[in-house]
Amino acid sequence: MRYLAWKIGFYVIALWAALTLNFFIPRWMPGDPVDILIAKLAQHGPVAPATRRSIEALLGTDSSQPLWQQYAQYLHNLATGNLGVSVTFFPSSVGQIIAQTLPWTIGLIGLATVISFVLGIGLGTAAGWKRGSWIDNLIPVTTMLQSVPYFWLALILLFVLGSTFSLFPLNGGYDVYGTTPGWNSGFIGSVAYYGALPALTIVLSSVGGWMLGMRNMMVSTLSEDYMVTAEAKGLRPLRIMRRYASRNAVLPSISGFAISLGFVVAGSIVTEAVFSYPGIGSALLQAVTSNDYALMQGIFLIITVSVLAANLLVDLLYTVIDPRTRARA
Amino acid sequence: MATTTTSSSAPAGSAAAPRARRARRGLPVARTPKLVTGVVIGALIVLLAVVGPFVVQDPSRVSDVGLAGPSGAHWLGTTQTGQDVLAQLAYATRGSLTVGAIVGVVALALSAFFGIVGAYAGGWLDEGFSLFTNVVLVIPGLPLVIVISSYVPNKSIWLVALVLSLTSWAGSARVLRGWTLSLRNRDYVAASRVAGEKRWRILLVEILPNLVPLLASQMVFAVIFAILGEAGLSFLGLGASGSFTWGTMLYFAQNGLALRLGAWWWFIPPGLLLALFGAALSLINFSIDEVVNPKLRQQTRGARKGWRMTRQQLARAEEETR
Amino acid sequence: MSAPSQTRGPVAVGAHPVLTVEGLSIDYLVDPVVHAVQDVSLTLRRGEVLGLAGESGCGKSTLAYGIVRLLKPPASITAGRAVFHSRAGTEIDWGTLGREELRATRWDKISMVFQGAMNSLNPVTTIREQLEDVFLTHRPEMGKRERRDRCGDLLERVGVDRNRLKAFPHELSGGMRQRVMIAMALALEPQVMIMDEPTTALDVVVQREILREITRLRDELGFAVVFITHDLPLLLEISDRIAVMRGGRIVETGAAGDLYRDPQHEYTRRLLASFPSLTGERGGFVRGDVDERLLEQDAVRTDAGAGPAPRAATPPPAGEEAP
Repeated sequence: MRYLAWKIGFYVIALWAALTLNFFIPRWMPGDPVDILIAKLAQHGPVAPATRRSIEALLGTDSSQPLWQQYAQYLHNLATGNLGVSVTFFPSSVGQIIAQTLPWTIGLIGLATVISFVLGIGLGTAAGWKRGSWIDNLIPVTTMLQSVPYFWLALILLFVLGSTFSLFPLNGGYDVYGTTPGWNSGFIGSVAYYGALPALTIVLSSVGGWMLGMRNMMVSTLSEDYMVTAEAKGLRPLRIMRRYASRNAVLPSISGFAISLGFVVAGSIVTEAVFSYPGIGSALLQAVTSNDYALMQGIFLIITVSVLAANLLVDLLYTVIDPRTRARA
Repeated sequence: MATTTTSSSAPAGSAAAPRARRARRGLPVARTPKLVTGVVIGALIVLLAVVGPFVVQDPSRVSDVGLAGPSGAHWLGTTQTGQDVLAQLAYATRGSLTVGAIVGVVALALSAFFGIVGAYAGGWLDEGFSLFTNVVLVIPGLPLVIVISSYVPNKSIWLVALVLSLTSWAGSARVLRGWTLSLRNRDYVAASRVAGEKRWRILLVEILPNLVPLLASQMVFAVIFAILGEAGLSFLGLGASGSFTWGTMLYFAQNGLALRLGAWWWFIPPGLLLALFGAALSLINFSIDEVVNPKLRQQTRGARKGWRMTRQQLARAEEETR
Repeated sequence: MSAPSQTRGPVAVGAHPVLTVEGLSIDYLVDPVVHAVQDVSLTLRRGEVLGLAGESGCGKSTLAYGIVRLLKPPASITAGRAVFHSRAGTEIDWGTLGREELRATRWDKISMVFQGAMNSLNPVTTIREQLEDVFLTHRPEMGKRERRDRCGDLLERVGVDRNRLKAFPHELSGGMRQRVMIAMALALEPQVMIMDEPTTALDVVVQREILREITRLRDELGFAVVFITHDLPLLLEISDRIAVMRGGRIVETGAAGDLYRDPQHEYTRRLLASFPSLTGERGGFVRGDVDERLLEQDAVRTDAGAGPAPRAATPPPAGEEAP
């Protein structure tokens, strides 16, 4: 139990660090965000002082207040769920935008990552167990795929399967014209169809890593003493593979999964850029191009919190799977 | 994006110094086809980066040719503004490799400092460094980079490299810490301490040499990550837009609708080179992995060739045990 | 080192052999080839405790693994066979068994006890699971309740409390882990148990207890034991017969008492003499293949007037040791 408390404490600290970072970055960067925005608006016409003040209020960068007071105000805003108002999607609040786009990202990226993990571990187990089988030949291929820049692969797949062979749609999350959002089969089918290509790209480019890691761990595990015991006991090979070999070999991959969640998020941003998928990554990019700092910070916050939460979950899962960690508390 | 392989697992309990198996001229890494392929491909690309810009045309020179395919005058065709793609490719290779090199060194230095020094010192320093590392690790990198990048519109390659280094050292640091902790408890270190050797000397002479293969492997990871990261950033338009890198080439290609217009000569080479370089580095990393994790060594095909068993005997043995 | 105790139980060592090894040779097919076991022949009688003694690297573990065909490449059995004789009179040549038959026969007829204090138990599953999967595989007709009871009985039989079933290996001490390994080996009531250095990693007190358990169980259940260790005095205490191995060959076999009182082979004598005793003279030490005393015997004396020294009884095989 102490272990649990310590873990949660760590994540609280990490969260605090992320929040503080989020607060300070705009203040460290060259240029006043308000000025930049005003400059942008000024391109369309003169800007009144009142506008400036309202923008300041909007962005929460009231330079007349001392820093610590701004910080306190910032934390208070966060606690009450007030992430500000988006400039790009004015007058929607940041919270609304996030609520609209987050499910798409979690759905697509989350699902694709899990599929890739499961597939990779499964293939890696088989490859490590039966050395020299045909599965081993997959490894150099999948590893090559891993070194391919993610978006490049995405674009090529898009080109081949979307343009040349018109098998999949080129962009979007669902068919905006043909279906209506809601729990109907048309919509769900459309979502699946539009999500297939992005998901395929994610799976193709990350399955190699899991597979290789698992295979190496399997090979390593197979030389352990308890494997000899298992064999001497005359247990069936399948049982040995599942309960003795892979149960032990998968452990580093699970902790690696937690670490990779950060990369998953990174990959999602690029994916959504390439496929124009209506997720949170797209929103972030739009925010960046239009200097919508409130939205940017809000999204960064949400992404960070999600990654932290996912990491915490995986850590907890790990204690269930590896009984030795419970003892270390 | 790249995920971690065995290097991040718990260190194997066997002997510290890797036994040179089929190694020649004191190389600790066995000369396998994998390693040779990786080194050759990598070296060729580095050659392109170093020598290329001296022998190609001016990459920024526009011409009236417009978007044209490969020809005698332009071996890899031209961009939509008539710029020579091959020339751009050479400069881009140099740019990307520069980013990779900078990040490799800086990230390695940071991770070595926070990973090794902390773990070796122990006590509060170790706890503090470890906490810091974990916090940095858990905060998602690319969004942070994007946010930082968005505030600075015109970036140089150095700035991009710096930002990438700051967000990528943490994973490496954690791995190094794990290994240092395990090495610190080995008998020969204890023996040195009893013999009265100074602590910094022990670190330098006993521990560091055993970490070299791991450091090399982590550095290779860092370079791969940096190049891919820079490419992604540039593709999103947030990179060093004034310079030539593989990423910026792809960005301009995308903006110039290269894909839709079927201008494969503009679009494919940068990505291909990226993939090849990444693959080459990965291959090198596998070979290093086999040094770091000796159990892998014995089961590789190379090791098995050292056995004097006929194929039938081997097949029969495999049959029996699986 | 005291004389072997004569107070072993009234178990009649059967006249019929339960396991015969005939001319077994095992090589490690590396470069250069290592002859780990050379032309070894042994007979194990029903209910007998056969000790297999020898220094590190003499091939005793390789021999044991070879008998039950647990060897991995590059090890390979190049000659000979191991035959198991069941009570019903049938013979099972372990070399001829197919993969599935081998798997089914393992543990049922011959089980093994490894160094449990090390990594021989699966670290991520409970003790109960590891005991149960033997039954699940070899006695599928057993019901769940019956299985669980049997596992508890097994643990209690080796002196471990029943509620340790839900523990994980890392939660047990070395001695307890060793007892669990023994319990596991007993599960199917095999006729032969091969024990490979079962007490080496334990302290002497626990060692004594474990040995007492083994002897007691053997007296109760009547299985034969092949006890492999480098600790010869230990074998003198518990074995009926002892075989001494060196450099892949059996150099001497005999009843424990006979071996102690009147060792035939030079190496056996050295081995006996090398264990320090509480009383009496200091013995010599036998170190690996290159024994100072033996070398001395081979050397030519240079003192004037003295001839060449008498040669050793059997020169050691040169340079070949199992890895």
